Amino acid sequence: MNRTLVIGATSAIAEATQRLLAARGDVLYLVGRNEKMLAEIAADLTVRGCPRVATESLEANDLSAHETMLERAEAFLGGIDLALIAYGTLPDQKRCESSVELTVRELHTNAISVVALLTRLANRMEQRRAGIIAVISSVAGDRGRGSNYVYGSAKALVTTFLSGLRQRLRPCGVAVVTIKPGFVDTPMTAAFRKGVLWAQPERIARGIVRALERKRSTVYLPWFWRPIMFVVRALPESVFMRLPI
Amino acid sequence: MVSQTFSSWGNLARSSYVVYALRSRSDEFPAIPVGSTILPRGNGRSYGDSCLNPGGALLLTRSLDRFIAFDRDAGLITCEAGVLLADILRLTVPAGWFLAVVPGTSAVTVGGAIANDVHGKNHHRAGTFGCHVRELELLRSDGQRLTCSPETNADWFGATVGGLGLTGLITYAQLQLRRTPGAGMDLEVIRFANLDEFFRLSEVSDQNFEYTVAWIDCLSRGKSLGRGLFERANHSARPMEYPKLRMGHVAVPFTPPFSLVNAATLRLFNFLYYHRPGATRRRRESFQSFFFPLDSVANWNRLYGPRGFYQYQCVIPGQTGPEMTAHLLEKIARSGQGSFLAVLKQFGSLSSPGMLSFPRCGVTLALDFPNTGARIERLFRELDEIVVAAGGRLYPAKDARMPAELFRDTYARWREFARYVDPACSSGFWRRTTQGEVVHNGGAPAAERV
Repeated sequence: MNRTLVIGATSAIAEATQRLLAARGDVLYLVGRNEKMLAEIAADLTVRGCPRVATESLEANDLSAHETMLERAEAFLGGIDLALIAYGTLPDQKRCESSVELTVRELHTNAISVVALLTRLANRMEQRRAGIIAVISSVAGDRGRGSNYVYGSAKALVTTFLSGLRQRLRPCGVAVVTIKPGFVDTPMTAAFRKGVLWAQPERIARGIVRALERKRSTVYLPWFWRPIMFVVRALPESVFMRLPI
Repeated sequence: MVSQTFSSWGNLARSSYVVYALRSRSDEFPAIPVGSTILPRGNGRSYGDSCLNPGGALLLTRSLDRFIAFDRDAGLITCEAGVLLADILRLTVPAGWFLAVVPGTSAVTVGGAIANDVHGKNHHRAGTFGCHVRELELLRSDGQRLTCSPETNADWFGATVGGLGLTGLITYAQLQLRRTPGAGMDLEVIRFANLDEFFRLSEVSDQNFEYTVAWIDCLSRGKSLGRGLFERANHSARPMEYPKLRMGHVAVPFTPPFSLVNAATLRLFNFLYYHRPGATRRRRESFQSFFFPLDSVANWNRLYGPRGFYQYQCVIPGQTGPEMTAHLLEKIARSGQGSFLAVLKQFGSLSSPGMLSFPRCGVTLALDFPNTGARIERLFRELDEIVVAAGGRLYPAKDARMPAELFRDTYARWREFARYVDPACSSGFWRRTTQGEVVHNGGAPAAERV
């Protein structure tokens, strides 16, 4: 049995993942912004077989609230075996370009607050010398694109931070899993036209659970994003900068 | 706003829609532009235009897919309207409970099953899906939330069950389940040589079998008119492990350029299917392969090619059933059109709770037809005449073409129902049958209509 903390529990990918975790018998501590949705999700997971679940409402950008949240989670779960950070926003790139304030706020939400949480989590797990930290980053963090680079650079920070953290925590038996989904059909991407590269959250969730079981370092979900991003990363900047993506 | 292209299960016409979705059942009804309309849409398994709203918006309900409570002692499940019947069964069958009524596919939402007041192979015992809805919540476009049941807001309940999504959005429902010993079915298949034998078999079987249905060879004529295979089954008392079949594990990957269901393939298939060795026997099957044989093939509707297909489902009430069914089958056999999906079933006398519910005591015939344009419409008109003369009617969930007068004459309560239609809601079906909107499905391949 796993004792699992999910931060960003109302995100579509997180919810689909929680259903799988509930079915395998995880005890869950769900953290998110929307209390009503958290309650609805907790009831759903209970029906689906979750042995015990509690929720807490948190504004992730309020860094001073993190510590007490972690304490409460640990108290409820009796120790954290798995922490999944799944929240994020998709910034409006165009609006960010004309607003320094918005750009900074989006970077704070998608990167700084995650780093703050990871730091606290890492120290707790390091002491216990066990556990898994998993974070939903994005393929967008592999390279900055003109249409989406505020989001991309936030995710790049998260990805890089995680790879460092993985090295640091490896000797004490704590695994760090970086999850890089491609295009996923969720409320966050509701404004996009969907094509063949798009995946449903359920598929991503199955990939996440598999990656957690195997303690993979970095997973691309679905798998075909790995070769795609290999090519995207390999392109010389002189070529990449001319691409209309 | 996002727009997406949708068609219905029959693939007759595609249109682009502005789409909305709720993330939570406590969200407000979406605000749509003044003068526009919206239609709740579940998993899109309706065949015709009752799940389409050309020129308007769609309110996608699949995101409302949370369970709310499952009372394992009383067999009561409460869930949001976008939950699929397959999801419910996966949860409840291992706990010893089965849905009281299931249609021919488990890939429909609870909201869709209620809004079409669907029926199944046990209609003679259990009535329609709506008979087992204990409660539902209706969210109106003005923000009002009505808790409806046969006791409270009974008029709204009667309008919403079978109400084709037109009375507002069903956010959640509570369903009464029935006990089941396990996932297995004890099944008997009996070959019958003609229509008379079908009616005899049906009468005898309905007493001892909870589920009865017949496949018929729609091309057979003369003495063997209406021959087919009669299936009758009960839930098996012997335990059976829950089958691990995944829905849609085989798929029709693309739409072939023409219908693979045509006169030649149909004659061959029907002959082989009727005569296949080992067809008639007793056996045990999982409930999935008994109730939902086509669920394992994703997108089987593509087999009918780019022009799509129609389903014609009628009910003939009363004593004239056998005679009128013979007339219908004669017309169909003579036309040489049809498909291997041809089903005959005797409905029972339990009355349906919805104002627009389709089932009534009598015999129901359902057939798929590849879309051959004017040719198939000529046959439909002939069938319509027989159905109307016999006091019968057609099933809106399957329909894409019934004449407006036919709907209004055969659904006597439609005017009463119209008072409950939400001012923001409309559908292609509703405008076609009550407001004289003309729909062209025939002839050309499904074209983009905006």
